[in-house]
Amino acid sequence: MSKLFSNENKAAFTNPLSMDNPVTVQVLGICSALAVTSQLKPAIVMGLSVTVITAFSNVIISLLRKTIPNRIRIIVQLVVVAALVTIVSQLLKAYVYDVSVQLSVYVGLIITNCILMGRLEAFAMQNGPWPSFLDGIGNGLGYAAILVIVGFVRELLGFGTLLGYNVIPQFLYDAGYKNNGMMVMPAMSLIIVGCVIWAHRSINKEKK
Amino acid sequence: MNPIKKLFDNIHPYVEEGGKFHAFRSLVDGFETFAFVPNTTSRVGSVNIHDAIDSKRIMSFVVIALLPALLFGMFNVGFQNALACGGDMTDYVGMFLYGLLAVLPKIIVSYVVGLGIEFVVAQWKNEEIQEGYLVSGIIIPMIVPVTCPLWMLAVAVAFSVILAKEIFGGTGMNIFNPALIARAFLFFSYPTAMTGDATVWVAQDTIFGLGYKAADAYTAATPLGEAAVAGFQGFTPETIQDAVIGLVPGCIGETSVIAIALGGLLLLYTGIASWKIMLSVFVGGAATGYLMQALGLTEIQWYEQLVLGGFAFGAVFMATDPVTSCRTECGKYVYGLLIGFIAVLVRVLNPGYPEGMMLAILLLNLFASLIDYCFVQSNINMRAKRVSKK
Repeated sequence: MSKLFSNENKAAFTNPLSMDNPVTVQVLGICSALAVTSQLKPAIVMGLSVTVITAFSNVIISLLRKTIPNRIRIIVQLVVVAALVTIVSQLLKAYVYDVSVQLSVYVGLIITNCILMGRLEAFAMQNGPWPSFLDGIGNGLGYAAILVIVGFVRELLGFGTLLGYNVIPQFLYDAGYKNNGMMVMPAMSLIIVGCVIWAHRSINKEKK
Repeated sequence: MNPIKKLFDNIHPYVEEGGKFHAFRSLVDGFETFAFVPNTTSRVGSVNIHDAIDSKRIMSFVVIALLPALLFGMFNVGFQNALACGGDMTDYVGMFLYGLLAVLPKIIVSYVVGLGIEFVVAQWKNEEIQEGYLVSGIIIPMIVPVTCPLWMLAVAVAFSVILAKEIFGGTGMNIFNPALIARAFLFFSYPTAMTGDATVWVAQDTIFGLGYKAADAYTAATPLGEAAVAGFQGFTPETIQDAVIGLVPGCIGETSVIAIALGGLLLLYTGIASWKIMLSVFVGGAATGYLMQALGLTEIQWYEQLVLGGFAFGAVFMATDPVTSCRTECGKYVYGLLIGFIAVLVRVLNPGYPEGMMLAILLLNLFASLIDYCFVQSNINMRAKRVSKK
């Protein structure tokens, strides 16, 4: 049991959450962070989908890593990711249809998410299945965390709601408050991601 | 001894390192260097060329140049209010006072928020206060409609000072004009409050008993707004005359071409603004306006493009911003021509935006350094060729 949670394994899980965050530090997966974060719910679903897909594709590739011929490894990785993406996409359609409609092509486009290929190439091809699994979960959650932060700010300021519930009290609207239309535009999520990166770097300045 | 100077000398010991009110050092420094030219010059380095006036004096001149447009804008606010509510059209003093009361809170909010952020950042980074907000602070209230709520203005000012200026390194380092970023933020964030349903251009309510209250929501489109509606047949000469004088609905400071021209003359006389940029913006706008008219795309005459909306204000005060415009002399022509071209292009071809000056200047702000780079490189290449021929 102690080996399962050795320091190295723990680091594989915790590093991507903050110090090595795929979005704020490696600046990967920005496109989908812009596209699906105008509301909180699709952001959460997207984050979870990417977490699941990264974790399991990491495990599968890690199991196959010694048998994959080096020259066609990208194709093999793509096949695995594509299969998982299709499964997740079908599950979303079956159980949370409205969110799946909101996410539209972006679920399918998880296959092109740089975080996935990055983790498969950089981690799963060199490590065993258990660390790979932890690494996948960590990176997926690190990505999801940023999506949730951006989605939270954008939905709160852009629509005045959170997860579809009104949170800005009516008297503020009566007093002249208006929802910020720019928050709904993709441009604003880039600015918010920038601010998150700014905050993240200022906090971690001493640690590095 | 000058009493103001004496006051600053008295305050100084308190705000020096270790003094009681050290936290306010940047504040005091800022006001002192604003009131008096600092007595220090750079001693490091070998060559120091100093202009007779420093940046704070330049900014003060720009603020003075803005005053005619601002004062006339205040009058126009009262005038539009009286016109909308059928008030007394001869009470000019009342109109001006009404406008003053309507505009003054915006100026105060803009300065308190903007300068507040600048002071905090300067104290935090332990730098000298940069007075760059002096001009933006007065321009921002002038380029919003009179009904723009104060909290929106405050949010927009905070957004533009932090994200368009301070993160690039403060005054002189910004890529985009902060005043235009504030306006663009308002424009895209709160479109109904900025252009919306045409009730935004005229103050509808009394202030401290002054002015008049509109019975119903009074709608008045800007001339360009009218022109964007289908079935537009061209302006009457009266509209154009009003637009030149400035008695049309619009943003507070942008309406009067005459008042803007007065400010522009001061800027040109003192050499603060580049005449090359100003001229080429007007030429670009006129040529494009003529082209659009000749192609039958618009009913607006080419000269009308120059006097309507924010064209003149943008050309005189915004495009000539020395920080965000081109530095090379040839580049200034290209920069100005393209601003005029794009501003009219947006006006005519984009049905959603009757006004294109803001977008044109912001776009060219982005390209200014590229234009400069091209001209500098071509000059280098030319001279290199000359050397190699010998």
